[in-house]
Amino acid sequence: MAPQTMFDKLWERHVVTQEEGKPALLYIDLHLVHEVTSPQAFDGLRMAGRPVRRPDLTVATADHNVPTWERSRPMTDEISIRQVEALRRNCAEFGVTLYDLHSPQQGIVHVIGPELGLTQPGMTIVCGDSHTSTHGAFGSLAFGIGTSEVEHVLATQCLVQQKPKSMEVRVVGALPPGTTAKDLILGIIGQIGTDGATGYVIEYTGEAIRSLSMEGRMTVCNMSIEAGARAGMIAPDETTFAYVKGRAHAPTGPAWDEAVADWRSLSTDPGATYDRVIEFDATRLVPNVSWGTNPGQIIPVDGVIPDPTSFDDPAQRKAAEAALAYMDLTPGTPVTAVKVDRVFIGSCTNGRIEDLRAAAAVARGRRVAPGVSAMVVPGSGLVKHQAEAEGLHEIFLAAGFEWREAGCSMCLGMNPDILQPGERCAATSNRNFEGRQGKGGRTHLVSPAMAAAAAIAGHFVDVRKFLSEGGGVA
Amino acid sequence: MKPFVSETGLAVPVDRVNVDTDQIIPKQFLKRIERTGFGQFLFYDWRFTADGGLNPSFVLNQKQYEGATILVAGRNFGSGSSREHAPWALADYGFRAVIAPSFADIFYNNCFQNGLLPVVLPEEAVAELMSRAAQPGYQLTVDLEACTVSDNAGLKLSFAVDPFRRHRLLHGLDEIGLTLQQEAAITAYEARRPARMPATGR
Repeated sequence: MAPQTMFDKLWERHVVTQEEGKPALLYIDLHLVHEVTSPQAFDGLRMAGRPVRRPDLTVATADHNVPTWERSRPMTDEISIRQVEALRRNCAEFGVTLYDLHSPQQGIVHVIGPELGLTQPGMTIVCGDSHTSTHGAFGSLAFGIGTSEVEHVLATQCLVQQKPKSMEVRVVGALPPGTTAKDLILGIIGQIGTDGATGYVIEYTGEAIRSLSMEGRMTVCNMSIEAGARAGMIAPDETTFAYVKGRAHAPTGPAWDEAVADWRSLSTDPGATYDRVIEFDATRLVPNVSWGTNPGQIIPVDGVIPDPTSFDDPAQRKAAEAALAYMDLTPGTPVTAVKVDRVFIGSCTNGRIEDLRAAAAVARGRRVAPGVSAMVVPGSGLVKHQAEAEGLHEIFLAAGFEWREAGCSMCLGMNPDILQPGERCAATSNRNFEGRQGKGGRTHLVSPAMAAAAAIAGHFVDVRKFLSEGGGVA
Repeated sequence: MKPFVSETGLAVPVDRVNVDTDQIIPKQFLKRIERTGFGQFLFYDWRFTADGGLNPSFVLNQKQYEGATILVAGRNFGSGSSREHAPWALADYGFRAVIAPSFADIFYNNCFQNGLLPVVLPEEAVAELMSRAAQPGYQLTVDLEACTVSDNAGLKLSFAVDPFRRHRLLHGLDEIGLTLQQEAAITAYEARRPARMPATGR
């Protein structure tokens, strides 16, 4: 048989049927559901009198619009309440497991799937959320869908799909000290652009990828969508198996050995070809900061705000001018001179235990700068519990950070956590679009360590120097 | 689903690249549990000023584009979030087709589910349409049967679209109904799935 990429193998395994010249009917192994993109899909089922075909392959949680204040305090936004109640009703009516607000396992859908062991190598995973690409970190094919497709999967457990093209993003060299998975993926998006991978499924390869933890791999795959990719994936290896093993839904006994043997066979065969190959040099990576209003507008923390005239492409130049006006930034300003009002640590990109540890390592023994409001929002109830067991919350609280309940929070500001017009935020989330975190709010995307350092300094700082020079210690 | 065969209507140019779905429909309007009524919130932060008044400088608010049904935009239209509320808002506002040099994948898929036709044309062609659409009353015809975009001044451009998607949209076919006809194949596939695959709720 001809050598295959991992993507080819995953695709082939899931084709239920395909007629000549038509898209494939693809089987979906896991369907994650949340309150925002599902109510109309359940309504559609009801109107057509259709059941959920496989409630046992479907799981729901409320994450997007839930407040992150203490859970004992009720939700106050009437329309959000209606949406969460609709989810409860729909899950009860159609027999779907729901990790509700008061469940210890509640959390961001892309955090809880992996931590419950529901996300495993070799699967197809979908969700009505673009950051479903996160789950590709396990060597699965995972992508976001719209509400009509949510209804389609609920009704049939399948999706009609044209096969995307494949792209290898080959990361050359190791990550330099002080840089993280977030800096890496921001750097990649900066290099290929926000539509650089449109129509493609990315497989990330190379030494730097192999050496990432599962949390780091999830951060990389999570932001694949910000480069326009249909999905991002990383071949499973010992790191993957060690993460999955022992989790609530992981296989056990002989099934575990059978699973691991199968998962090892998923890697791209030697000699297999991709439709496109991109190389990214990791050796010169420095901590990155976004300066504009899309995640491709990235600069190293030791750089300056770019001049729009430096862009050759007229459309990019115009976009840069609009972005600088929105962000209220002047070309030539050093990034480290840009002050922040707010800091947000959390999201499906960077709300996992390792992210909180990295931020806490910076915050330990320091204080949030006067005038800066900083919040830490664990990605799930289990992450929160783990962080508290490690005492991270005490470090954050002592440093003046808020310690919140799990949810999507200020990543997209559907809940009460939003920026006020004109406020500038260092955020560990994934999108710096105009108004994303609140109308008129200005978002700079960074890693958790960089966000924590910005909170303490009151402006962006190079976390590598900040730590070595003992920055901010009273 | 409402079929799309051909549409002749006013064209409005939104001369920006990377128009993301957060701009098309900001998040505060995603809390409705219905599919309808999103048109009033389309491009909300661009259409309305901070005090809720109409922003006269935004193109959709200009008198000459009132009633436009065809939107012409820069590349990578619909990037970002998977929210289907974006095509719902465009369709509810009255748009039937969007023409751009490229679209983000999920948005592109979502359009076809809602009788809204996304048309990909080369950069130069879109730039030409943008400049023509600056003239008051400029109309375009988007014909899915013939796969062409044309105007009254002799311009005629062909576009490519996946034949299966075209067929579905021309006839307004229910995709779920089509898939359910594959019941036997789905059941057979399920019988082949390894028993160790994870199941929720146990």
